[in-house]
Amino acid sequence: MPDYSWPPPENRNLIGKRISRVDSPVKVSGRAKYTYDYNPSGMLYGKILRSPHAKAKIVTIDTSSAEKMPGVKAVQIAQKVGSTVQWAGDEVVGVAAVDEVTAEDAIRAIKVTYQPLPHLVSDAEPPAGAAETPGPLSVDDLEDMLDNQVRPREMAEQIQQYGITFKADDKTLEGLKSDGATDDVLAALRTAPVHENAESKPKSNYSKAAAQTQGEPDKAFSDAEIISEGIYGAPVITHCCLESHGATPEWTDDDHLMVHISTQNVSGIAGQMADPIGIPAANIRVHQDHIGGGFGSKFGPDRWTIVAAQLSKKAGGKPVRVMLERNSELEVAGCRPSAYARVKVAAKKDGTITGWQSQSWGTGGPGGGGMPPIPYVFNIPNQRKEHTAIHNNIGPARAWRAPNHPQAAVITMGALEDTAAKLNMDPVDFFLKNIELTTKDRQNVYREELAIASDLMDWKNKWKPRGQNISGHIARGLGLSVHTWGGRGHASDCDLTLHPDGSVDIKMGTQDIGTGTRTTILIVAADTLGIPMDAINLFIGDTLYPPSGGSGGSTTPGGVSSSTRRAAVDARDALFEKVAPALNAQPADLESVNGTVRVKSDHSRSLSWKQACTKLGAMPLTVRGKNPDKSKPPDLTNSGVGGVGMAEVEVDTETGVVKVKKMVAVQDCGLIIDLKMAESSCYGAMVMGISYALFEEKVMDQTTGRMLNPNMEFYRLAGLNDIPDLVVHMMTGKGYDERGVIGLGEPPVISPGAAISNAVANATGVRVPFLPLTPDRVLAALGQKAGA
Amino acid sequence: MRAFEYTSPTTRDQAIGLLAPAWGQAEVLAGGTDLLALMKDDVVQPKRLVNIKEISDLHGIAVNAQGLRIGALTTLGDLADNVNVVKNYPALAEAVNEAASPQIRNMATLGGNLCQRPRCWYFRNGFGLLPKNESGKDLVAEGDNRYHAILGNDGPAKFISPSTIVPALIAYGATIRLVGPNGRRELPLEKFFVDPRTENDREHDLRSNEIVTDVVIPHAGTLKAAHYEIRQKEAFDWPLAVAAVGLKMNGSAVQSARVILGSVAPIPWRSPEAEQVLAGKTVSEAVAKSAADAALQNAKPLSHNAYKVQLARVAVRRAILKAAGGSA
Amino acid sequence: MPDDVKKPTEEGSGFSRRDFLKISSISAAAVPLIGTRVVEAAGTPVKVYGPDKVPIELTVNGKKHSLQLEPRVTLLEALRDDLDLTGSKRVCDHAECGACTVLLDNKVVYACSLLAIEAPGKQITTIEALMQGGKLHPIQQAFMDNDASQCGFCTPGFVVATKAFLDKHPKATAEDIRRGMSGNLCRCGTYHGIQKVIAQFTQKGA
Repeated sequence: MPDYSWPPPENRNLIGKRISRVDSPVKVSGRAKYTYDYNPSGMLYGKILRSPHAKAKIVTIDTSSAEKMPGVKAVQIAQKVGSTVQWAGDEVVGVAAVDEVTAEDAIRAIKVTYQPLPHLVSDAEPPAGAAETPGPLSVDDLEDMLDNQVRPREMAEQIQQYGITFKADDKTLEGLKSDGATDDVLAALRTAPVHENAESKPKSNYSKAAAQTQGEPDKAFSDAEIISEGIYGAPVITHCCLESHGATPEWTDDDHLMVHISTQNVSGIAGQMADPIGIPAANIRVHQDHIGGGFGSKFGPDRWTIVAAQLSKKAGGKPVRVMLERNSELEVAGCRPSAYARVKVAAKKDGTITGWQSQSWGTGGPGGGGMPPIPYVFNIPNQRKEHTAIHNNIGPARAWRAPNHPQAAVITMGALEDTAAKLNMDPVDFFLKNIELTTKDRQNVYREELAIASDLMDWKNKWKPRGQNISGHIARGLGLSVHTWGGRGHASDCDLTLHPDGSVDIKMGTQDIGTGTRTTILIVAADTLGIPMDAINLFIGDTLYPPSGGSGGSTTPGGVSSSTRRAAVDARDALFEKVAPALNAQPADLESVNGTVRVKSDHSRSLSWKQACTKLGAMPLTVRGKNPDKSKPPDLTNSGVGGVGMAEVEVDTETGVVKVKKMVAVQDCGLIIDLKMAESSCYGAMVMGISYALFEEKVMDQTTGRMLNPNMEFYRLAGLNDIPDLVVHMMTGKGYDERGVIGLGEPPVISPGAAISNAVANATGVRVPFLPLTPDRVLAALGQKAGA
Repeated sequence: MRAFEYTSPTTRDQAIGLLAPAWGQAEVLAGGTDLLALMKDDVVQPKRLVNIKEISDLHGIAVNAQGLRIGALTTLGDLADNVNVVKNYPALAEAVNEAASPQIRNMATLGGNLCQRPRCWYFRNGFGLLPKNESGKDLVAEGDNRYHAILGNDGPAKFISPSTIVPALIAYGATIRLVGPNGRRELPLEKFFVDPRTENDREHDLRSNEIVTDVVIPHAGTLKAAHYEIRQKEAFDWPLAVAAVGLKMNGSAVQSARVILGSVAPIPWRSPEAEQVLAGKTVSEAVAKSAADAALQNAKPLSHNAYKVQLARVAVRRAILKAAGGSA
Repeated sequence: MPDDVKKPTEEGSGFSRRDFLKISSISAAAVPLIGTRVVEAAGTPVKVYGPDKVPIELTVNGKKHSLQLEPRVTLLEALRDDLDLTGSKRVCDHAECGACTVLLDNKVVYACSLLAIEAPGKQITTIEALMQGGKLHPIQQAFMDNDASQCGFCTPGFVVATKAFLDKHPKATAEDIRRGMSGNLCRCGTYHGIQKVIAQFTQKGA
């Protein structure tokens, strides 16, 4: 059995080093072609007419003037008369025209009348007792959920929890499938409890999404030596990908569709388009070279891509480009669910946490959403938790980098920091005191990381009790947070071909979303084959290549590195088989280093890589590596990381303006493939963290139901100058490397918001309950303190 | 963007002739950084754009008997880099340098900055300058007004005057010159801004067939001036409050003062109350504070912007101290 | 649907030719080119372009291009859609993010907020012109070395803005950087790398 395990440190020529991204040259020179840049001749420009109402029934649609306009090539109704739109900006009609201005004129010529319906766009704390337990779900309920783009996992959970009012026979399931139900949803339906005679309940905007008890919370609070109470939360924010969502589909013949699309999920798009388009997934080719950001929001084709494909069909198969305008990108293409909570923490005077109680609420758009994982990281023995989901008309929720974790960190770490303050304890000591409440595997990691982070922040010297580092109108403070994530590698297939002339191809249906996937694959392959990275031709981003998972949940590095490693080991060993006779050696005695295949014990017996490959004969040799692959141990990827974030802030107590002065991230992620890119991932996450901690909020107008800041002016993103001294420390070496490769995209973005919020509390002596920490909120909190 | 026709006259008279006697027909195109965004959002729908950048005598900065004459087409970047401005009008140079981004400062003109439309998010999202819904409900008063006016908001207009450099210009006593079919007019810059009463009004006194030709700032002499703004981001962000102060000194005491607040009212907000407090006094922390309190004594915050009263007060106090040479 | 070349109609573009005549106060004198006519203003002839397509000559990266565009087409759209120079990105389209940054007569501007018809006679330089002889410009090389791009969508705009900034401020102070590097936004958070790029050049010369 070949040895697939990761090479020991002394044999890693590339793995773990600081290597520049292989796609940097095309990106820094503007030559990288993104989906938005795909510009084939004859391409038509697609535009979408969107609902101005947050909730409304479509009464009439008149497209006749648009259809008559010169230059208009196709009109496609996205939601027919009688449908109910559930958020402002929802797609109603699409057009395709010879140029963009004509398409815009055509959109303006379409007349749609709506019957506006009452909407809810608020996610304010629900009135007491408002939350209802949903009854069993009817087919109509499920159709609504599909229309509202409720996430499959959430649908499956609700189906299992509440049951259904109908028999899930093949015909019904087929119908739901063609309306977009995924296999997970269908599987849930097959095993759901059936309440055939139950009426489906009219759905309230507020549903009881969770009610959980663990241990003896009442006793914990009655025995508590101190109780800390507070309110914490994080609002709905948007992804604001710089490359907006969109695609350019074209029909290459009557039943074959080619789709250029901006996606995190190249291999998973065709399967989601097949039913709505009405052709087999095998007839849909998906392609993407580069993507301008996804952050969790680009896993599906989305309705506009389906509309674009339908427009293309009507226009004789010509490519139709639909890329969202910036306002639509912010309105409809991504809401991170909000989460807020009233929390009580019980503790002993020595700092031991004994109890947790929370009433939380939040919205994930029409689907409502679930409870964030609170209390986060610390499994407090006695807990009582309730969560109310708000179903409203702000647009569909999408996963946002580390789904639900940043919100859970803000709530939990805020509550714990307040508890530490009440105990007059340094929060680092307080966290260490309770570290045994974290999962056993991670306790030492947190201990090591807290020590390193404290050193890098100079915590011991700088930290002062709350509100005791104020000079004039500037208050200074420190805050921290800890976090965790899974990050196991996803399913991935890798085809690696050695050609007789020495050239090497790798083909994989993955995508590089800016996380360095190309570079990761090439480092692993080159290190394994003993040849330079630029000697390998890498092909990704196309369904012509073997499937590889979507890039979400930090699953890509573990997936692609494992499949690549197995492919490269097999290819190398197959080559050794062919070469061994020429070197008068056994295959097992050979090694490939620096472009030379040689006998381990006698380097003078060698062939250049090119010479060695001539021994393949006339035919190229292709092997496929897979992840997971139990037949080719060991497991090369792993799950479960821990990280620490610390922040230092200055708050102007007269204006409430917060400036972050320094941040520290200490993070493990198993075996690091490229240290430079790993650090960049953490730097970037801290920047994103500063942005959502201080600035970001999807502002909805209660009267009109519209987003008020669908732009990059009042949907503020941190700029270059808002970024202070950032320090990153990656945990490597013994205890970390041997765990295998674990993804890193999500973890470092989790703690910054909580750490900054805690630093502001430490500086000012008062908790600002909700992110973003804007001057109005900071001043309000300071005002309450002054008035108290 | 809707279709329009485009002209590029080379003289003022041509430009005036190409403009229309009522709003809604034609718009003046200078830097374009605001106008094109408004057109893309379908907030304004001109049928003709009159590009005035080819009119050579609207460019340039020159010293004359009255002071410093700044052509309306001077870009903010050229204004901030001008040696005379940097040396004699440092508060203006600072205000301009803090405005927007280098790209915008290279494009946007002084005239355009004075004529830019409000950033009110109801206005920009197509609900009108004085936003109401079908049932006549005042969307701003009853909606999210966190960035709206705290002063001068008892009329229908609740937006804030957007220019961040106008307060400094007024502090230096600038006048604005306009030309139209009836010839030239000149007025103190603060009189150029008006509080619109109907949806068809604009928030400045420019008529639809007039153009701004130049701004004249009197010789600064020994005037002590300062600009101070409070905003969330370090750069390229709309301030939450702006204050500019001009102090005419008599020895160590203030002889007379100009105190102008920005981003707090539908017009640049001059505060005679604060000016009166300062007159005859030597600036101290206490004097600055009472002037700032006076400036905001009549503030009437809306439902979500009480915090802006505090910010404006701080901005005024810090601007006064900065102008007087103290720390801010 | 008619298949002929696009021509805006009254229904389509929401205006009529009569509207134009009403506000011109003068009648058309001559029609030398499609979409272009001459009116009289202040007793002198002035050309009026559009609203149909008109010929527009752009000088981009030293090369002249003759295009037919409506006046409402932005410089960014012309670069991307008509000249296939897609390095300048369309992101906010409202002068807020800097992804479309190009040089106009050597000064940074937002191509999204200029009309193509404003640009004839100007030297337009895009990201595509920075590489010379297949070699990265030193600033591009520094972006690569400091890992200052992730998804890369903001990168071309940032590179152009950084180059213009460093040309103007070879010994930039922190205050210069604050004011001078404020016109571009990144979502992946590559600012740390970009700060190192700037430091690499400003500290080298100091």
